[in-house]
Amino acid sequence: MEELIARGAEADLVLRDWNGLMVIVKTRKPKKYRHPELDYRLRKTRTNHESSIICKAKESGVPTPLLYQVDNENAVIVMEYVEGTKIRDLVDCLTDEERMSLFVQIGRHAGQLHRAGIIHGDLTTSNIIKSGDRVVFIDFGLSEVSYEVEKRGVDLNLMNRMLTSTHYAYQEQLLDAFMTGYRETMGNDAEEALDRMDEVAKRGRYIEKN
Amino acid sequence: MIALGVESTADNLGIGIVTSDKQVLANILDIHVPQEGGIHPREAARHHSENMGTAIKKALDTAGVTGKDIDIIAFAQGPGLGPCLRTGATSARALAAYLGKPLVGVNHCVAHVEVGRMATGAEDPLTLYVSGGNTMVSGYESGRYRIFGETLDIAIGNCLDTFARAAGLEYPGGPDIERKAKLGEKLIPLPYTVKGMDLSYSGLLTAITGELETGKHSVEDLCFSLQETAYAMLGEITERALAHTGKPELLLTGGVAANKRLAGIVNDIAEEHGAEPFIVPIRLAADNGAMIAWTGIEAYNAGVRTPVETSHVNPNWRMDQVEVPWRS
Repeated sequence: MEELIARGAEADLVLRDWNGLMVIVKTRKPKKYRHPELDYRLRKTRTNHESSIICKAKESGVPTPLLYQVDNENAVIVMEYVEGTKIRDLVDCLTDEERMSLFVQIGRHAGQLHRAGIIHGDLTTSNIIKSGDRVVFIDFGLSEVSYEVEKRGVDLNLMNRMLTSTHYAYQEQLLDAFMTGYRETMGNDAEEALDRMDEVAKRGRYIEKN
Repeated sequence: MIALGVESTADNLGIGIVTSDKQVLANILDIHVPQEGGIHPREAARHHSENMGTAIKKALDTAGVTGKDIDIIAFAQGPGLGPCLRTGATSARALAAYLGKPLVGVNHCVAHVEVGRMATGAEDPLTLYVSGGNTMVSGYESGRYRIFGETLDIAIGNCLDTFARAAGLEYPGGPDIERKAKLGEKLIPLPYTVKGMDLSYSGLLTAITGELETGKHSVEDLCFSLQETAYAMLGEITERALAHTGKPELLLTGGVAANKRLAGIVNDIAEEHGAEPFIVPIRLAADNGAMIAWTGIEAYNAGVRTPVETSHVNPNWRMDQVEVPWRS
């Protein structure tokens, strides 16, 4: 059995039986619109980053999929199939209370990642899955290791951008809940990163600066 | 209904005359070319005010209409360079008062999308809008155009123009870089900066300028590498936004839409995701008055009016702050 469950921008995700386990095979296919050298460099480094940072994220206490096999050369990762719903598709189906507590939890995990020196790089509600009681972070292809405030600020700005563009009906409420959770796990370093998030947003073209 | 549109957000002064049945009767462009360096807002504004009267007259003559035939005056209220915007707004107010016709303030970025839809027949596209001052991926969702991805610092056109100046190429930089890039072969490794659905060009610009200064590369290879890297980044954020929104159409607009390599990338991505690609023809893709006039008609028909008291310009008016009642 083999089923293409998602054709993302970056990779195809195939659900299949692998030695008796149901797994996800994530393949970063070559993009014909990219120069072959650039394409190879991006696919290889992202596969490499993704696998190593997924393991590092686990150490920090953030749930991520289990890895079974990694092939950097062909940009293929075989990993656990996390059953659940993307936060993006879940937001509109929750009560206010559930939504808040979910985003506090997401904020806590974001804080744990940053504390451990992990920048997710694509911190959006499409890349977080609610699976039972767990909130699982996926898609670490754009991630990197850094303790810089600047990179934390950019990461947080991505989440806020997603709330503004996609979850606009609850943007303020969800950002508040997210920041509450983030402060819990980031402690004294939280404010600096959250201030930088605002600064990064204002750096864009044509933004009200006051 | 006939609308006259005034576009003066940056270096292009544009006067367009458009009818409610989508006929572009006139689309006059008068471009300010700086003697040296990039656009100086005050110099560009002076150019616009000196040429405004001539451009309006030329537009009326080309359209074969007189002031009395015009039903509404639309103008670009933002975003853009303050002095340039004010020149256009002042002229539009004066014209509206003189002719006794209603005034409609239009968001420049929204106008790019609207005229793109008008010109190509796209209905609900994801739009990649790339120009000297803007780089963004947007799409319509419940009453507004939402911005899914954009540059975190400088626009693609700004990046190209600044490099072109450093390399002694023609202004604006895009066309000359495209010609030279066709002769390039070697891909110089450059920073590739994508953050989710956003991107950043400042690091790329610093790096390519540094490579130029080493004197080790031909200008053709530099142009080739700059284009390949910069446009691949645009391709990636567009593809991410397309996968995220699931929009059935992909629209490419803005001055940089004239680039054939970028158009090819957009076509490839659309095909890959089963979306229909639309490339806006350059006369309507680059900044122009017809897009302001057309959007003015749509807004006016949906009840939008801009009385003089609220007609002040807004240089930082984001696209996602604008209600778009004609699409709901």
